Amino acid sequence: MFRLLENKMLVPNLYHALISAPDVAKAAQAGQFVIIRPTEASERIPLTISDWDAARGTVSVVYMKVGKTTAEFAALTAGQDLATVAGPLGNPMEMGLFGHVVCVGGCYGLASIYPMARELKRLGNRVTIVIEGRSSYLLYWQQKLRSVSDDLIVITRDGSKGLPGHINNLTGVISRQAVPVNRVIINGCNYLMMRGSQETRPLGIRTIVSLNTLMIDGTGMCGVCRCTVSGSTKFACVDGPHFDGHEVDWDELNKRRGAYLVEETQVLRSSKGE
Amino acid sequence: MTEQNETGSKPVKKMDLNRREMPKQQPEVRITNFQEVALGYAAETAIEEAMRCLQCRKPGCVPNCPVGIDIPGFIAAIDQRDFQSGVNILKQKNALPSVCGRVCPQEEQCESGCILTKRKSSVAIGRLERFLGDWEAILGDDAPPEIAPATGKKVAIIGGGPAGLTAAVDLARFGHSVIVFEALHKMGGVLSYGIPEFRLPKAIVDREVNYLRRLGVEMRTDYIIGKTRSIDSLLEEVDAVFVATGAGLPWFMEMPGNNLNGVYSANEYLTRINLMKGYDFPSAATPVKQHRKVAVLGGGNVAMDCARTALRLGAEVSILYRRSREELPARLEEVENAEEEGIIFRYLTLPVRAIGDDHFQVKALECIRMELGEPDASGRRSPVRVPESEFVLDFDCVIHAIGNSPNPLIPASTPGLEISKRGTIVTDLETGMTSKERVWSGGDVASGAATVINAMGAGRRAATSIHAYLCEPVPWPRGEGA
Ligand SMILES: Cc1cc2nc3c(=O)[nH]c(=O)nc-3n(C[C@H](O)[C@H](O)[C@H](O)COP(=O)(O)OP(=O)(O)OC[C@H]3O[C@@H](n4cnc5c(N)ncnc54)[C@H](O)[C@@H]3O)c2cc1C
Ligand SMILES: Cc1cc2nc3c(=O)[nH]c(=O)nc-3n(C[C@H](O)[C@H](O)[C@H](O)COP(=O)(O)OP(=O)(O)OC[C@H]3O[C@@H](n4cnc5c(N)ncnc54)[C@H](O)[C@@H]3O)c2cc1C
Ligand code: SF4
Ligand code: SF4
Ligand code: FES
Repeated sequence: MFRLLENKMLVPNLYHALISAPDVAKAAQAGQFVIIRPTEASERIPLTISDWDAARGTVSVVYMKVGKTTAEFAALTAGQDLATVAGPLGNPMEMGLFGHVVCVGGCYGLASIYPMARELKRLGNRVTIVIEGRSSYLLYWQQKLRSVSDDLIVITRDGSKGLPGHINNLTGVISRQAVPVNRVIINGCNYLMMRGSQETRPLGIRTIVSLNTLMIDGTGMCGVCRCTVSGSTKFACVDGPHFDGHEVDWDELNKRRGAYLVEETQVLRSSKGE
Repeated sequence: MTEQNETGSKPVKKMDLNRREMPKQQPEVRITNFQEVALGYAAETAIEEAMRCLQCRKPGCVPNCPVGIDIPGFIAAIDQRDFQSGVNILKQKNALPSVCGRVCPQEEQCESGCILTKRKSSVAIGRLERFLGDWEAILGDDAPPEIAPATGKKVAIIGGGPAGLTAAVDLARFGHSVIVFEALHKMGGVLSYGIPEFRLPKAIVDREVNYLRRLGVEMRTDYIIGKTRSIDSLLEEVDAVFVATGAGLPWFMEMPGNNLNGVYSANEYLTRINLMKGYDFPSAATPVKQHRKVAVLGGGNVAMDCARTALRLGAEVSILYRRSREELPARLEEVENAEEEGIIFRYLTLPVRAIGDDHFQVKALECIRMELGEPDASGRRSPVRVPESEFVLDFDCVIHAIGNSPNPLIPASTPGLEISKRGTIVTDLETGMTSKERVWSGGDVASGAATVINAMGAGRRAATSIHAYLCEPVPWPRGEGA
């Protein structure tokens, strides 16, 4: 039913899948996600819709191979069917004419911000895209991202391309903008979104992040995606996944994200140490 | 033993006033597996039990069945060993006898009205119904179901639970073309993701879904109405819509610490295990933690299901309930099963705070003692806190099983659909018609969390009303809101 039309490695460990899912493609809006079950025996996992074509009936997802389910996904080849592609789920990213919007992406977030930037640009905003990665060979879709932005800024930790450094450079990037920044959108791993929000808080710029929680159904039925925003409990799948990054309880989010993954805290700790 | 007399039909035997016991797996054995606890009547036992029925001229049982099954009729058929006729009588009112025979709260419904309740014990109506349903699955005639000539009308059903399944069967048999949209990857609603295997084997649900397939009903799983597509857009293509999305939004008891790891909603816990087959982990992908000491909060059927599931996964399990045994809303049979299996019941206990360890994992519950005061609106004595009676119990898992309400996805995406303060869809009780033209609704989403048989009854009433409307459309009676 959900035919995989393409499933290719973009850069090491990151894959792009093009999937036939006509009804999802027809309804998709920037910032929504799908729940995917690669095979009948797989877990259900959420992945952001990074592009779609309503006329052709296709949606794209870009995913990082991190665990069992994403590995099962990566093992499939074009022509095979996915067991589940349900969506589009979650609220779309809030759109409007905000002025100057900075969209920040890291890891799979390079792809997630693409449709958001495209829509923001279409609505007449000035769009600056900031992409971040460990090294230049881990960056992708730069041409696509350039086509939907006024400016594309690249940051690499090893300095192999663009500015050397990481998300801590966000304050500098924003303060050097000739046109004042009205809003920041950050997508990628929770660590990137947390650090990015810490950067923009002193600047008083509204910052929207797309939280990465555990999910099962994605429709508000199980509650595993609980997170605390502005002091109250929200279900990320139906109340979000986009929230004000300055209001998120990041500590709780990271601990809940790791409920089943003892190792994940180690991943986070080592990146904090950098 | 029963003997047949010369003329064949009526066995001669002195009336035994006790209802026939149904064999069950022994508690020590069943707590180590997920197989069904109750094993069902053998044919001879069913016949003996059927003989106890007095075939009342004015049966007390029938009005107490929410769908009005001809109970003496199907029991007489069993008595006469004409099991196929018995099945046919059941199926006139109830499309899922194997399900209802297992999960209906019979002691509050049909069986509570049985005249024999006053003398000894009521006829075991549910067990007989289950017997016939199961007999049919193995030995019943496999004739293709009768379907009226195609009407050319199309109906969309939203939700694949008992309300949706029942309406789909009826509408397909009336000759309409039927498509069911289900949000999850499996049909069945709570029958699939909620009620555990050891109480309702999933093979039974699969069988009913296959029956739908044989009727030519189209089924679209992984399809979320309100997200993948709206009701308004469906209405452009179909003649009628039946909303049967259940009550799937979980409630959490309000207290600090609910977001600690190891704290679940009943829905999450049961879904991981039933729908995602977590009891097979790691061969099934969705992880289930090995918990040592589990607390289940609540006292209804859902709480019993969570507790007995956790027990089978190897934990020591306590049910924390703020009133006493007498007020437990769960079926008595389920409470007894849970007690037999070694679930610890902690009555008059209200958790007030979940306490976590350094790793954000729940490690204990702070509770407070309760005592029973005056009866409240529901007639049950209401619990009041005993001052300064706080105490702490160690748990590494806490499951909230205090109830569910309807999911707001459909209400939020459907203009013109009147919603009550409780979040339920407002419907006409007789017909299931909503405030929105050509939209019907029924089951838990309209009534609030109730029972399988109520949902099925609502599905049937809506199907009847939809059919009448499609044959002869009338001005929409509840149109003001639309
Ligand atoms: C709304 C939403 C949208 C998402 N969109 C995308 C997307 O577009 N692309 C994408 O790649 N992912 C996305 N994610 C995250 C994605 O769902 C998870 O990576 C996925 O569930 C992992 O499944 P798994 O079984 O392969 O790995 P698991 O078995 O669950 O994890 C295996 C290991 O991977 C590591 N790990 C897992 N997830 C993360 C993480 N998020 N950050 C850091 N380390 C991690 C842990 O160390 C863990 O031990 C999204 C999540 C949400 C909630
Ligand atoms: C654990 C548990 C144990 C229970 N035990 C008993 C028992 O022993 N006896 C008894 O009589 N009752 C019991 N009940 C109650 C009973 O299961 C329900 O009353 C009954 O299932 C309601 O049927 P329904 O068809 O209205 O909804 P549901 O069974 O909830 O089915 C609704 C379906 O709609 C789907 N859906 C929701 N939203 C959408 C959407 N937007 N688009 C598409 N699909 C959607 C859902 O995924 C679900 O599959 C129990 C309930 C639970 C949770
Ligand atoms: S459907 Fe339920 S209430 Fe009705 S007769 Fe059967 S078991 Fe009893
Ligand atoms: S009330 Fe009891 S005895 Fe009478 S017909 Fe019903 S089941 Fe039989
Ligand atoms: S994923 Fe189940 S409620 Fe959000």
